[in-house]
Amino acid sequence: VKLVIGVVRPDKANDVLEALYRADVRGLSLSRVQGHGGELDRVETYRGTTVQMGLAEKVRFEMAVSEPFVQPTIDALREGAQTGEVGDGKIFVVPLEQVVRIRSGETDIGAVTPVQSS
Amino acid sequence: LTGASLVAAARVDTGDTAWMLIATALVLMMTPALGLFYAGLVRSKNTLNTFMMSVGAIAVATVSWALVGYSLAFDEGNGFVGGFGHAFLQGVTFEPRPGTTIPHLLFFAFQATFCIITTALVSGAVVERMRFGAFLVFSALWSVLVYAVLAHWAFGGGWLQAGGTLDFAGGIPVEMGSGFSAFAAALVVRHRKDYGRQALLPHNSMYVLLGAGLLWFGWFGFNGGSGFSTGKPSVLAFTNTLLTPACTLLVWFILDLSRDRHVTAIGAATAIVVGCVGITPAGGFISPGWAMLLGALAALPSYAFILWRPRTRLDETLDVLAAHGLAGLTGILFIGFFAEKSWNGVADGLLYGNPAQLADQALAVLAAPAYAFVATYLILRLIGLIMPLRATERDEGLGMDVTQHGEEAYASGEGAILVVPESGVEEALTVAER
Repeated sequence: VKLVIGVVRPDKANDVLEALYRADVRGLSLSRVQGHGGELDRVETYRGTTVQMGLAEKVRFEMAVSEPFVQPTIDALREGAQTGEVGDGKIFVVPLEQVVRIRSGETDIGAVTPVQSS
Repeated sequence: LTGASLVAAARVDTGDTAWMLIATALVLMMTPALGLFYAGLVRSKNTLNTFMMSVGAIAVATVSWALVGYSLAFDEGNGFVGGFGHAFLQGVTFEPRPGTTIPHLLFFAFQATFCIITTALVSGAVVERMRFGAFLVFSALWSVLVYAVLAHWAFGGGWLQAGGTLDFAGGIPVEMGSGFSAFAAALVVRHRKDYGRQALLPHNSMYVLLGAGLLWFGWFGFNGGSGFSTGKPSVLAFTNTLLTPACTLLVWFILDLSRDRHVTAIGAATAIVVGCVGITPAGGFISPGWAMLLGALAALPSYAFILWRPRTRLDETLDVLAAHGLAGLTGILFIGFFAEKSWNGVADGLLYGNPAQLADQALAVLAAPAYAFVATYLILRLIGLIMPLRATERDEGLGMDVTQHGEEAYASGEGAILVVPESGVEEALTVAER
């Protein structure tokens, strides 16, 4: 089981959600974050004060997925978030010690497999 | 109503002037109120740009109105357009405007506020994607070539007014003018890149409600001032401006309830505007009772259109056509049925034995939308030849606030590095321009 973290442009978040849905990745968390990843700074002016905005708004996706789903998840993130310009974001894949589903106590693969609706 | 009013002596009346000074300020306030209303309806990344289109209309339309717009609307000319006799405010002084008891200068200012808000109204069709510079150019041309012409037809002695069409406060130039121009603008500028693919939701319903409330407040000056006096037509229009929108609200509540079992806040804000629009042309011509019926009726076409429009490819984003074009059209036609000479002293409608009035009103409903649509379409096509109308897809995605204005509505200041003047500004600007 791996944790896939994708940091993407806010206006691409919906495209990423769609791509993940098509890739059958159903369990995810999403948070709004601010970050800096080497893109050029924006300059804003408020009356006499000019500032360089060092942090850009990003959306961070987190998905715990079993091995066969790692590559499809990465592909979906890239497909949904890519514009080709600096600032498209990053994907991090990290190993997970353990996953526990709180309701049932299932662990690892059982915990990251979506509940089959019947 | 200007030419037709009977004025015994051409002198300025202090009471009328006092009221018209206040009414003018009330109508000017409607434009920032509209900015607030519109800004609440868009996504947060486009808040400032949306509001700034209204501010831009104040800047551009005031100047264009003073230079030539007022003259083309209110100077004697032919039936289609006025002359240049009042260009650059020639002859606009303290002497009363013929047909009124208020100084010509004040009459000009009052009419200017109408041109401003109408220009701002059209922005609702193109928010979240149109370049700010292109909108300013559009405002300059539109306020002169469309608004001033329609104002001449309805108020300045043009062919509709001369033919007997009644329009108390601007159903023709303001409401149908903005609504059908918005329709054309949406077609030319085309839909937002995410339209129809993503849910594009209002980001601040409180702005929408506050904006609608301030618009209603200002509308008492808009309709109540359109009699240019403190006389009976003004009092009637003022009171109808209370009655009509209240009825529109109630009917909108019922429509909302029957559709979704909820009365919605943004629906209510919309209903206030629709009601105010409906009574705009009819305010000084129909009895309070009929004004209440008008409020109820005006809700129906606008409500239906607002439900239907988002299912089409027409991204007339903030539904100017539904709220202003259709409600204004309803009000103009309503006069043809329910005008009552015992209330307005001018003319009866079909119900009181004068079917000719309905024909006069129907003529306006055909001509004004056609002119507004065609002229706006051509103006935008022309501007589009000279400069891009839209922001790039990248800029649209980033948001119009940052890309058009270099500001954010909700800047947190986190991660903002102060650029020290002298040392840093030049380099920083080069970086931003890339």
